[in-house]
Parts: sequence; structure tokens; C-alpha cells
Amino acid sequence: MKEITYLEAIKEAMDEEMARDPGVFVLGEDVGVYGGAFRATEGFYEKYGEWRVLDTPLSESGFTGAAIGAALVGMRPIVEMQFADFISCAFDQLVNVAAKNHYRWGAATPIVVRAPYGGNIHGGAFHSQCIEGFFFNVPGLKIIAPSTAYDAKGLLKAAIRDNDPVIYCEHKYLYRRIKDSIPDEDYIVPIGKARIAREGNDVSVITYGAMVHTALETAQLLEENGVSCEIVDLRTILPLDKKSILGSVKKTSKVVVLHEQTKTGGVGAEVSALLSEYCFDFLDGPILRVAAPDTPVPYSAQMEEAFIPQTKDVVAAVEKVMRY
Amino acid sequence: MDIKREDLLRLYYYLKLTRRLEDRVTSLYHQGRILGGAWTSNGTEAVSVGYGYALEKNDIAAPYFRDMGVFLIRGITAKRIMAQYMGKKTGVTGGKEGNVHIGDLNFGVFGFPSHLADNYPVGTGAALAFKIRNEKRIVAACTGDGGTSRGDFHEGMNFASARKLPIVFICNNNQYAYSTPLRLQMAIKDIAERALAYAIPSKIVDGNNVVEVYKAAMEAYDIARNGGGPSFIECKTMRMHGHSEHDSARYVPRELLEEWKKKDPILTMEKYLMENTIAGKEELDGIDSQVKKEIEEAEAFAEESPYPDSEDCLKGVYATPIEEERGI
Repeated sequence: MKEITYLEAIKEAMDEEMARDPGVFVLGEDVGVYGGAFRATEGFYEKYGEWRVLDTPLSESGFTGAAIGAALVGMRPIVEMQFADFISCAFDQLVNVAAKNHYRWGAATPIVVRAPYGGNIHGGAFHSQCIEGFFFNVPGLKIIAPSTAYDAKGLLKAAIRDNDPVIYCEHKYLYRRIKDSIPDEDYIVPIGKARIAREGNDVSVITYGAMVHTALETAQLLEENGVSCEIVDLRTILPLDKKSILGSVKKTSKVVVLHEQTKTGGVGAEVSALLSEYCFDFLDGPILRVAAPDTPVPYSAQMEEAFIPQTKDVVAAVEKVMRY
Repeated sequence: MDIKREDLLRLYYYLKLTRRLEDRVTSLYHQGRILGGAWTSNGTEAVSVGYGYALEKNDIAAPYFRDMGVFLIRGITAKRIMAQYMGKKTGVTGGKEGNVHIGDLNFGVFGFPSHLADNYPVGTGAALAFKIRNEKRIVAACTGDGGTSRGDFHEGMNFASARKLPIVFICNNNQYAYSTPLRLQMAIKDIAERALAYAIPSKIVDGNNVVEVYKAAMEAYDIARNGGGPSFIECKTMRMHGHSEHDSARYVPRELLEEWKKKDPILTMEKYLMENTIAGKEELDGIDSQVKKEIEEAEAFAEESPYPDSEDCLKGVYATPIEEERGI
């Protein structure tokens, strides 16, 4: 066992998979000599050489398309988006080519797109977005979003070995802020399975990514008031682990859905709809959502704090649903 | 470069097969016997036949939608293509896709996405894999004149050139993007000028002359295969039908069509073969009879083939499906 950060977990996952499988390679802006904007590939260039750690032109659609083509002939590329926000430039290749190849003509497209996402870093509208919602409505893609260093490593390894295109949402705020004890031996965390981050009986807080930590803080505070929160960390956003979501809510009968992504048409809307559709008889109160407001991500600290859901917002929502 | 007689006759055969297959598809479209639309390469067949025939077995074709010759040459049979047009289970994609949205990795053919020039970066990626693995394989990626205005055209060429990848970019310049003529698509005279910006050597060829297209492709493939990096081939030709068969293409001046009709790729090839005493009329007629028979068989096969089951619609979204996805 050793203790590593979320960012180190990502780096280790790639390093180990590249060492294990010569088909795995990394491409993106400044991932080579420089080691990546967030240092996720530091030292890789020296270790694996310029043909497995490729600095690309500033050309997201071009290098994402190239990753797809390489995957079609047997490689397992990892694409690094410098910031998740730039993934919009590769939207067509991901949504129309990667996501549909298998359904349309039976060709597996094993690519991983690493997307450093999320706010709280004073990055403004183009360096802070949650992008999972852009792709949530695209069958054929898998979207994962780890909240711990343990999952960051295990899920990335699973994604690299998976035969489908996977968008890996790595939260920038967590990079150096959280650590986990990680086993020395190889492990994966399966795609498609949520995790109960904290067990509880009174209310389910369903969330993912950095918000898992906000939910944990909430649970800690409310425990003192005698409220027992169960926290469901989705880990995989597409496809959703319906069994775990429904299982938790059937137990607690009350639910708050929490995410950093903006509210309208977000993952929380789908989770709410699922609960209403399949869990109505078990519900003992309204399904509440805590999410960012429907605005671009603001820059100034005061406004960004108001934008990103805070512990107090989640506490208020839990207290509200507990009144039913 | 000398081309063997046998190869010249195969080129002729594939020109005829492409033309007759698409002509038949057009008739079936007008009779309401295929599903959806019919997009043909009529008048431009020499492009796909020329560059497709120059590929080696282990190479990859990343085609666009007027590339029927490539599909046939790579080994995707007329039967499977006809069934594809009818939405049958035996079609290339089992009914999941239609008409020219064909791809089959067993024959080294990447699927065609409607977003034109998407296959420029995708083809570039396969070339990148070949370079990483040090394999002597190359990629031919194709798009039309319209697609050359899209970002992916430029992003693919730029990346391929910066890394000197083994890929040849083909452009089927048939002068109209749907109804929009070249003069409204770009201010440059030759599309090949676009390759200049990426330091990619280019060649402009008569896209109605299959021998010329084939020779240019062979030369460019040879350079790519031997580490010389990408090339660009602009094939100047003319789309003789509408964008698809529903479109009468009244926006194209009739005189222009009359002029190009004289340069028809099949007539051009027949003339070449006979004037150079490579084949006589009788032999060419023999090839044509074989082609006709093949198309008839393809149609019968497609007609007799079953439709896919409606439940198949749920299958194949993922290569590795997640079990919990099924049911709730």
C-alpha cells in the first residue's frame, strides 16, 4: 500500500497500462516534452519516446479523429484534452464517429478521452466547465467521473482496457487535494458500477466527482443533528448504474441529487426522472436537485462560490426533504 | 510506369461494375424498391476505382460516399451492397446503416461518416498506428470538393504532414457540393493549393481517366510506404447526376454536362484499351456481360434476403455492453 494523490493515480494508471500494453499511447497538446498542462504525463516522453507520447498540433478534432483511426487498427489511444472545455472542438468526432462506429458498422473504438473538468480553480468560463452533460445524450459513449484517488486509478485502467470510447472526467480541483492508500498490485474498478461512499438510512444523496466530498461534509454535519445520509457516488455517469440508484432510494425513501454541472437537462434531471419512473411508490418526499445555476462559470471568487454548490446548499436541501 | 494488361482489364471491370451497380440502384430507387436515398458516383467512377485498385491488401481505405469502386475492389461484394441498399440483414451493416454508409474492417475499409472529411483525421490515425508499429502499410483517405472546406480536412492533413505519416489524401473534385459550385465554395483555382499550406506535395489528375488516377495513386502510395510522408491527389471530374437521385441538378448548366459526357470515364477507358490494342470490343463486351450477370445475382440475393429483426435495433451500441443496462 502507498498513499498517492488523485493526479498521481491518473499518472500511475497510464504508466502501468503503457508498460503492460504496447498498443497504449498518449496524444494531446503539450503532453510530451512538457509533461502535460497538469503534469499527468511527466516523465513519459523520456520513458516511452516521442511516438508513444505525442505532442499534437492545437487541433482537438484532428487528434481525436486520429485516435479513433488508430483504435480501429488495434491501438488503445489515450487522448488528453488540455482542459475538458476544449472537447467541444472534437464533438463531431466523438459523437458521430467514435460513439456510432460499433453500432453502425460493428467496429470497436477503444479510445479514452481524458477531460480535466470542473471549477473552483478560478478558471472562468473556458477552463472550468463540466462537460459530461454535452455527451450524456449520446448512446455509444461511456462517461466516468471518479471522486477518489483509488477510483481514479482503477477506473482509468478499466477505461483503457475497455473496447468502447470512454470519456474520463477527471476533476481538476481534486488533483492534488485528495489522497488514497492504493494497493501495490494491479486492480481495476469496473465501469458501470456506483459506490456507496457512506452508508445511511434517512436520505440518499446521489452525486459524483468533486461533489462527493461536499456530500461527505454535509453528512458529517448532519450526523450531529441525528440525520443519517447515504451517499451514492455514481462513478459511471453513462450508462447509469440504475440498480444502485434505485437500491439506495428504496432504502431511504428520500433523495437529494447533487452535481456541479448546471441544472437544466443535467445528469440530475435523468436520475430524478428514473426515480420518479421506477421508484415512485418508495418516495417519501420530493426529489430535490442541488446543482450549479444555468449560467456560464463565472470568474470572480465571490460569484464562483455562489455558482458551485456548497455544503450549506446541500444541508439546506437535505433538511428540506427531511421535513416530509 | 507500365501497367499489366490484366490490371488494365480489372480496372475496366471495376469501372463497369461500379457504374452498373449504381445505375441499377438508381432504377430501384425510382421504383421505390430501396430504402432511403441513393447517392451515386456517376461520372466520377474512375476516382474510386483508380485509387482503390492501387491499394495493397493490408492497406486501409478511409472513403467517402462516392467511393463505390473502393468498396467493390476491397472485396465487399455487390450482393452485400445491394442488400445494404434494401436494409436487409445480409447487407454490409446488417440493416444498421444504409446505402453508401459502408465500412468493414475485414476488408480494410473504414466506415463513412456523413460529416465530410471526418475520415481525413481518422485515416491519419491509422497511418499514425502504422508508423508507431513500424508497419509498411498505408492509408488512402478520400473526400469530395465540398469536404475540403471543413476543419477536419485541414486538421487531418496538418497532423499527417507534421508527423510525416504514411497516408495519401484523395479529393474527388466533382465541382459541386450538392448545389453549390466551386466558385462559391472557395476562391482558389485548384483544391490542390490547399495542400501547399501543409507542405504536402500534390498532383492534379484527370479524374475521368482511371489509368491516370491509378498511376498517381501508385506513385503517392510508394512515397508514403517508404517513409516519404503524405501526398494529395486532386482528381478533377464531374458529377453527372444530382447530389442524390432525388435531385435533378437543374442548377448545373446543361452545356457543362454535355461537355463532360464526352469525357465519360468508361468511354475514355474503352478508347484507351482499343486504341492501344490491349483489348477488342468483343472482350470488353464479355466483361460487361459478366458484370450484368453479377448485378442481377446481387439484386436477386438482396431481394431474397431476410430483413433484420426489429429487436436488433437494441443490439450493438457497445462493444462491451454493461450488463445492468438491460432492463430495470
